[in-house]
Amino acid sequence: MAYDNAAKAEVELPVAMLDTPTSVADWSIIFPVVIALMAGALLAMVRHSRGSQFGFSLISVMAIIAIEAELFYRVLVTGPVAMTMGNWLPPFGISFVADVLSVGFALASAVVTLLVLIYFRAEIVPRETRHGFYPLVMLLLAGVTGAFMTGDLFNLYVWFEVMLIASFGLLIIGGKKIQLDGAVKYGFLNFLATTFFLAGLGYLYGLLGTLNMADIALVAPAAEPAAMTAIAALFFLAFAMKAAAFPVNAWLPASYHTPDAAVSALFGGLLTKVGAYALLRVLIVLLPEQRDIFDPLITAIAIATLITAPLGAIAQTNLRRALGFLVIGGIGAILAGIAVPSVRGLAGGAFYAFHAILTMSAFYLVAGLVERVTQETDTRRMGGVYAYNSLISILFLVLVFAAAGLPPFLGFWPKLLLTEAALQDSDWWLAAAILINSILTTIAGTRLWAHIFWRNGREGKKSEIRNDRLRPLSGLENGYALGATLALVLLVVVIGLRPNLVFDSTRAAAGDLLQVENYIGAVGLESSSAGEQTTGVAR
Amino acid sequence: MKTIIFRTIAPALTAIMIVFSIFVLLRGHNEPGGGFIGGLIAASAIAIYGVAVGVSEVRKALKVDPISMAGFGVFIAAFAGLLSLGQSLPFLTGLWGYIPFGETEITVSTPMLFDIGVYFAVVGTIGAVALALEEDEDGN
Amino acid sequence: MIEFYMAPLVGVFFTVAVYLILSRAVIQMLLGITILGNGVNLLIFTLGRITREVPPIVPPGLKQPLQDIANPLPQALILTAIVIGFALFTFLLILGYRAYQELDADDTNKMRVAEPSGPGKPPLSY
Repeated sequence: MAYDNAAKAEVELPVAMLDTPTSVADWSIIFPVVIALMAGALLAMVRHSRGSQFGFSLISVMAIIAIEAELFYRVLVTGPVAMTMGNWLPPFGISFVADVLSVGFALASAVVTLLVLIYFRAEIVPRETRHGFYPLVMLLLAGVTGAFMTGDLFNLYVWFEVMLIASFGLLIIGGKKIQLDGAVKYGFLNFLATTFFLAGLGYLYGLLGTLNMADIALVAPAAEPAAMTAIAALFFLAFAMKAAAFPVNAWLPASYHTPDAAVSALFGGLLTKVGAYALLRVLIVLLPEQRDIFDPLITAIAIATLITAPLGAIAQTNLRRALGFLVIGGIGAILAGIAVPSVRGLAGGAFYAFHAILTMSAFYLVAGLVERVTQETDTRRMGGVYAYNSLISILFLVLVFAAAGLPPFLGFWPKLLLTEAALQDSDWWLAAAILINSILTTIAGTRLWAHIFWRNGREGKKSEIRNDRLRPLSGLENGYALGATLALVLLVVVIGLRPNLVFDSTRAAAGDLLQVENYIGAVGLESSSAGEQTTGVAR
Repeated sequence: MKTIIFRTIAPALTAIMIVFSIFVLLRGHNEPGGGFIGGLIAASAIAIYGVAVGVSEVRKALKVDPISMAGFGVFIAAFAGLLSLGQSLPFLTGLWGYIPFGETEITVSTPMLFDIGVYFAVVGTIGAVALALEEDEDGN
Repeated sequence: MIEFYMAPLVGVFFTVAVYLILSRAVIQMLLGITILGNGVNLLIFTLGRITREVPPIVPPGLKQPLQDIANPLPQALILTAIVIGFALFTFLLILGYRAYQELDADDTNKMRVAEPSGPGKPPLSY
């Protein structure tokens, strides 16, 4: 090649490196993930030393919550903020972006993790395996937070896998037969979903030459629409599988009830919501034109999920499996928000995801307590708990109402927003499905409540014979398990009674989702020139 | 697999492989190599030693639990990213230092620290998996 | 023009993978997933443009390469995907082995501990 070395060396290099200093305040975007990762690593190092594990993980999660709360307040006031790793300029380095949606979800996840850590103190697990729990929870939190915060699509894939590995480990802690069985199904189907995601990423990179989300949002409208539609279909399939939307949800009820209740709570609250978040981010921010093409499909899937899931819960006799179906029902509501992409609809979807993180975790925690008291997992053999421990029964009933969306509990507000948005959009079927979902969830939940708490004894016994297999909660369980559950349910109730802050922030989040320029600007890309600059990378 | 030839040669082979893995790790600084491939070589060394002398012997020889090693690696890697905090640079920015050493100079950098972290993470994880697969019912 | 031949190859990988994943035996599903992962890696590699260029290494003393270089990004992506795929593969392998030992079943149809095949009727009262 006839290149002149000297001339080449003097060529003005394109600007690829950042020249402004990064303030320490910007570091709070990255700190939650780094703290979770480092704490997980440290805990893995000392996993055989007893005692310190619990305290250390608790302090780390509290620090994460504090940083995220500060960050949440900041993005609520100033709009999205971003940081690009390694001093590179945006499309080249991996960006982390904090906007109201991502920080809000991350904050809710961290709060749930904190309470689950406290709850786990009361779990009866062999000592050797018990200490694997704390590092894996921190790793899971790192994966979830990273997936919420990242502004790079390939990085999202990496965080998905971090989350997946951690959840594998958590799922088989204890190594019971039922857990191995559930983990096989969970593992294969989730791995398959992430592989589809990876295939979509490959096509996207081949077409656009970029994987930075803000950059994709810039250059996607100019790309070949047919190819983009195929890519969006792959993403939709992959994320719907991760989120457990209707036709591809088989893995969730097969696995979520198998581990300890604390792990179930973590999964039910966090994992599917990451899939839902990815759907929101990719279909609304990155590929809005493709979302419009899929609109009838998304609506149909949302309706099917909303209606079939609570029916599954009604048919189930295993308590935590029934709750698994209620988790799926919540995903239907989030999908309904994506199907109606107005500010109101998206705010409803985001609000519902926030509500589902808190409520579903709390639900599993209460279910764990019920299983302790009754020493059964099958609702047919439960009964008489109301007379025995009325506090648990009240917590359960509150959560049934919150999950079904009865006022004044937390689930009511997002369903109100979603129904309004669906009616405004003349999506009558969707609006009807949301309401039917509420009714069916109420039926499923109250039936569970009646079987576990209200009737006197187990199924088939005469009603005057009391269930004599109940056992009182130990002091440890009363302190840690019941305390943590109570705190989470109180949080659900209080936010349900004073939802103004969540209303405002989800509306801001929906605004950010629709105003893509804010997101692109925060990452540091300009609308016109940056597009040309970056499409040249792969060509 | 406890034939006399294999048992005799395995310690030497393991030692050579571990040294070679460190060579590959440090060479990866500017040339093909690096923490991941180095870690894989070291993990293979552990696996070979495990096949030859039994898993409990390897665990004794390693002194540290492989999972702890992996945790240490992840910690070091994340820590390497944090060092740029003091320089008002974003996370994971590479920092370079040059220490004169006789005729030449030694380069010290955060990417190298990161790579060492990757090395430990890979040795720990793959080593733990290999030992778990080699281990039979009664832990030998 | 190598892409022309790579595309059917990726197709073959996907076909084999789908066939194996549809099997009921855990070990065949595992092989299928692995082949699918490799097919996807090959896909990324092909989509990243295969060129007859030199490795992306900047010579000492220069700030940019002397001639056109191969695109290093797809290779970085594939390397990451291989590592992650490998980790998940080992996990699923051990899991499948343990499941085979404990449940005495390599057939997913016989794995009915978590989801009992005859769950009976739902609760009758109320």
